[in-house]
Amino acid sequence: MTTTVPGTYTPQPGAAPLPRMIAAQAALETKMLLRNGEQLLLTVVIPTLLLVLFSSVDIVDTGKGKSVDFLTPGILALAVMSTAFTGQAIATGFERRYGVLKRLASSPLPRWGLMTAKTASVLVTEILQIILLTAIAFALGWSPHGNPLAVLLLLILGTAAFSGLGLLMAGTLKAEATLAAANLVFLLLLVGGGVIVPMDKYPSGVQDVLGLLPISALSDGLRDVLQHGAGMPWGDLGILGAWAVVGLAAAGRFFRWE
Amino acid sequence: MRSEPVLQVQALVKRYGTKTAVNGLDLVAHAGVTAVLGPNGAGKTTTVETCEGYRRPDSGTVRVLGLDPVRESAALRPRIGVMLQSGGVYSGARADEMLRHVAKLHAHPLDVDALIERLGLGSCGRTTYRRLSGGQQQRLALAMAIVGRPELVFLDEPTAGLDPQARRATWDLVRDLRADGVSVILTTHHMDEAEQLADDVAIIDAGKVIAHGSPEDLCRGGAENTLRFTGRPGLDVGSLLKALPADSTAAELTPGSYRVGGKVDPQLLATVTSWCAQHGVMPEKISVERHTLEDVFLELTGKELRS
Repeated sequence: MTTTVPGTYTPQPGAAPLPRMIAAQAALETKMLLRNGEQLLLTVVIPTLLLVLFSSVDIVDTGKGKSVDFLTPGILALAVMSTAFTGQAIATGFERRYGVLKRLASSPLPRWGLMTAKTASVLVTEILQIILLTAIAFALGWSPHGNPLAVLLLLILGTAAFSGLGLLMAGTLKAEATLAAANLVFLLLLVGGGVIVPMDKYPSGVQDVLGLLPISALSDGLRDVLQHGAGMPWGDLGILGAWAVVGLAAAGRFFRWE
Repeated sequence: MRSEPVLQVQALVKRYGTKTAVNGLDLVAHAGVTAVLGPNGAGKTTTVETCEGYRRPDSGTVRVLGLDPVRESAALRPRIGVMLQSGGVYSGARADEMLRHVAKLHAHPLDVDALIERLGLGSCGRTTYRRLSGGQQQRLALAMAIVGRPELVFLDEPTAGLDPQARRATWDLVRDLRADGVSVILTTHHMDEAEQLADDVAIIDAGKVIAHGSPEDLCRGGAENTLRFTGRPGLDVGSLLKALPADSTAAELTPGSYRVGGKVDPQLLATVTSWCAQHGVMPEKISVERHTLEDVFLELTGKELRS
């Protein structure tokens, strides 16, 4: 311990400018995410493995055309879900549990600033995932079609829908329950949401219900555009928009900070 | 010195379900160090967290630096520093990383490196928060509370679980904060901490302030201090009493064992020993029993502070 010059602690309070606070928060959140091994398994390793494995080995009947053209849109949807929903739910659940959200709530950073930073961190992670996964897909012979704007819109609405559901879970359940539930949902939606298993493998009644899930809407929409060169997939965008509105509104209403 | 209060709490009531945590609490704190002292479950943390804006009062009013902590939170937050009782840090963050981050949220933060050195956090290196020792986590939380150069700092049990050396280091820091004009509200259930650091002490029990004043004032009130000594039996107590100030008492409790009561100060001690010298008495086992906050608490509540 050293002695301190008198006047060192003389009050000089003040909040940093908002953009600086949000940028600092987003950078820290992203750093925490990239440092976490379990998160990387979920957001990077699993989507990459699935893409490489199912494109090169003919395990699942992916219908006509190259399997990479079928799989890549589904894997991109999975990547969005892993970051915006599963990863965000687990990280936020533990931040809540360990008082991080509580401590930040008494800092100069406003709550909406924290949520903006979290969203920015999710988007940065998704961009990194998409760069990696599309590079691998191209190496595997992927030939995408369609309107990039439609793809962007699907990704944004998908992110909003999954973020709302992830934050709803993180803000209402215990951290351990969130961990378990978020992983279970990830697994169920991976299997039942048209990510690697085509929807037409299921009975038609089941298909109708599964088709309403956000993951199915996202993977189906991305596949329509990227594989089949369709125009704006309004139906899927509508489903994602509805999930986004409901999820974010419920998260805003029921989220508990402590 | 006594300018506008930094904290004004009036008739605060806070319930959790059917349990009343704070029950009509009044507290005014001025610049300097105020200790909120009480046993576990007395309502200390609830009171402080209401002042920090975490909880809405069920009734009563709270003003911190003249502001409503809930409605005027945005104006208040940059001006206060908060140390939670536990947690508050990303489990995967390093100590310096988290401290630098909190510094970035403020306009004129302290020099982070100097603060790390001052609090002995330099040895944490690349260790992430979940692997830091309890004492290191505690010191990091303290550093996070002051790095933004606040006017008022809330420290909730700042030395709980610290070893004596770290405890003294924390006390030194609180004294430096006070000397530089930072006001401090700290909760504690350690008497010595309140006596050492506080200009004012508010003793809380069952959700109410039951006594409030400087440590000296609180100790002076209630039972008087006593001086004891032993000598040969049958000394002339009346003669001793004549030598003492008017409001003193003197008695032989058991043969050869004497007790002097009243305002026990150096003057009184000198009077007693010179009286003994005049009468050829060697006062053995002479002792002064100071009335402590512990005694005050015991008298006020009829129970021990540390439950």
